[in-house]
Amino acid sequence: MTTTLLVTGATLADGTRTDLVVRNGRIAELGTGLSASGARVIDADGLTALPGLVDLHTHLREPGFEQSETVLTGSRAAAIGGFTAVHAMANTSPVADTAGVVEQVESLGRRAGYVNVRPIGAVTVGLAGQQLSEIGAMANSRARVRVFSDDGTCVSDALLMRRALEYVKTFDGVVAQHAQEPRLTEGAQMNEGVVSGELGLAGWPAVAEEAIIARDVLLAQHVGARVHICHLSTAGSVEVVRWAKARGIRVTAEVTPHHLMLTEELVRSYDARYKVNPPLRREEDVLALRAGLADGTIDIIATDHAPHPSESKDCEWHAASMGMVGLESALSVAQASVVDNGMLDWDDIARVFSRTPAAIGRLDGYADGIAVGAPAEFTLYDSAASRVFDTDALAGLGRNSPFLQLTLPGRVVATVHQGYPTVLDGQLVDEETVSSAAAGAWAVRGCRG
Amino acid sequence: MKHLLSTRDLTRHEAIGILDVAEDMADVQSREVRKLPTLRGRTVVNLFFEDSTRTRISFEAAAKRLSADVINFSAKGSSVSKGESLKDTAQTLAAIGADVVVIRHPASGAPQVLAQSNWIEAGIINAGDGTHEHPTQGLLDAFTIRKRLHGTASRGRSLDGVRVTIVGDILHSRVARSNVWLLTSLGAQVHLVAPATLLPVGVANWPVTVGYDLDEAIDAGTDVVMMLRIQAERMMSGGFFPNAREYSRRWGLDDARVDRLPAATMVMHPGPMNRGLEISSRAADSPRSTVLEQVSNGVSVRMAVLYLVLSGERGELS
Repeated sequence: MTTTLLVTGATLADGTRTDLVVRNGRIAELGTGLSASGARVIDADGLTALPGLVDLHTHLREPGFEQSETVLTGSRAAAIGGFTAVHAMANTSPVADTAGVVEQVESLGRRAGYVNVRPIGAVTVGLAGQQLSEIGAMANSRARVRVFSDDGTCVSDALLMRRALEYVKTFDGVVAQHAQEPRLTEGAQMNEGVVSGELGLAGWPAVAEEAIIARDVLLAQHVGARVHICHLSTAGSVEVVRWAKARGIRVTAEVTPHHLMLTEELVRSYDARYKVNPPLRREEDVLALRAGLADGTIDIIATDHAPHPSESKDCEWHAASMGMVGLESALSVAQASVVDNGMLDWDDIARVFSRTPAAIGRLDGYADGIAVGAPAEFTLYDSAASRVFDTDALAGLGRNSPFLQLTLPGRVVATVHQGYPTVLDGQLVDEETVSSAAAGAWAVRGCRG
Repeated sequence: MKHLLSTRDLTRHEAIGILDVAEDMADVQSREVRKLPTLRGRTVVNLFFEDSTRTRISFEAAAKRLSADVINFSAKGSSVSKGESLKDTAQTLAAIGADVVVIRHPASGAPQVLAQSNWIEAGIINAGDGTHEHPTQGLLDAFTIRKRLHGTASRGRSLDGVRVTIVGDILHSRVARSNVWLLTSLGAQVHLVAPATLLPVGVANWPVTVGYDLDEAIDAGTDVVMMLRIQAERMMSGGFFPNAREYSRRWGLDDARVDRLPAATMVMHPGPMNRGLEISSRAADSPRSTVLEQVSNGVSVRMAVLYLVLSGERGELS
């Protein structure tokens, strides 16, 4: 059973107005005055149609930490945020360091049906930084893993990182490095600077991030591999990546929505919702990250969605877990940080939130965006909306959003994944409907061989 | 005053007000009967997540001299050591009926988290949080300096123009932070002396001058030398300086240095002292040393703070 959809009056990222007909999971027609008999009609007047967002950095927590998030609940959080694909980080329990675990995560995602769940494989066994995990087995598994990361910890051993870059290259994959020199950040609680000195919190120096990035771009150049840098957070990191790109090194970099908007000043409250790794930095860093995103030094926005149960945040700063949820708020925060001030336009947003992250993750179907014949993966976004962002807007299990009570622009009205809606009228489509639509979509895909 | 969380958010006017109430409390302590009925029926909980006998008994003495009921809650051997959260502990104390919680905690900001939470309504007094602040220590140090300088004419006075040199582990010292904010807002000129490894990264933005050389600071002239405690674990694993001998030679207040100080220069130490490391016995026991005055003034200052937090306003004592 597949759905035919007729979307009327949408505005594409480039500003053109169009109707869309979706049939058999693909975009069948674009143009004005389209009709399709028996189709479900979605009125998109005044809405921006963006290609489905692809998150290269999501913590879905399952298996092992289901009190924080599951593949299903995280998928729902993604869909309500306009995402159609997420890359699930490997720091689960057991760690995603074998074909068995990544296939399990992938199949949970497929069953849930809200987004394409692409597992990320661990670089090292158990994220322990000692020995390469079974990268080839994960790459060749049903999950077809292409992104490998020990995110949460840094692959700090230089020789091991060199080997990882070389070995992953064998499978056309990429290592996504969590750049954090461990010795320089022992016990670190927040950005090291004026505020940490006053608050008496152990500092996390910018150099701990920048030194690893500098080392890794040079390693990538030396072995001819590509490398991806997770969550850039400092002005110096932007400079290092800019330098590397100018030398032709194949480096890509991401920035999170929260690092595009928030600064370390928030830590003065000791409110643990602002505790995150890498930490919130200075205003200068925020501005440099925005500029880096605008000039292409930073390739993508990725959420680092990191749900935690309330007891992990409802405590003193030292005891609190690091991380923030971000899927539900990502597009609104990006709009507030870099679109409404004119630094990026909606075409850029389509690039940094969809086309490029898909390309880095070797995820097919996103290269052409919203185009006839492309898989129907898109979201309808009301950029004129404004809302006080509160817990009602959170669809995952985590409530640890730093954006609660802030007025944010924009709202996702509908999301379409594999040709069926996962969000309609700003609300998630129910689990059963989505799951059975997903099963139907996979059956169609199977028939076509 | 609902809480006392830091000296950084005290205005000069508020700080002088607290010190003046502490003067009243000190007068009471010189009477034959040293007890006031002011806080009868109120419950003060000393919630100590770190060992600190000195600060705890000082608060206990202060509360008892104001006739409050005192409950001492030490984290060691309690449910806290079995994994109870700050939230649960706070809610338990609220259920018991604590009017004030005096909290010592190894995590910077824990008192502020408690004060901002809806776990407990009680007034919160920070008795030292991590490497953040120790506001009553700052207040008792300011009180001691003022008392030495102005004696019975201290009331209403600031510390305008007083030169204070703070020496030692500034990086990890909550005492140093509370003193920097408080003494400077009272008008003192604060100079910090330490090896660069023991100065916080943002110290250039503090309202102080900074140097590495203790001899230079002594030669430049100072009214107060405040020595900070050096903690052994900082040298062992932290690698902040090579060894105790080298530290002592460069940043210790040894006999030769103390002999070069003018007679009126005060030598302060928050205790407990490492005699022979950061301070020599002669310096600690000399008439210029205020170490024991700091202890007794600590009770007066904590009486004032408890009184002000529980009465909710600054008022004259009868």
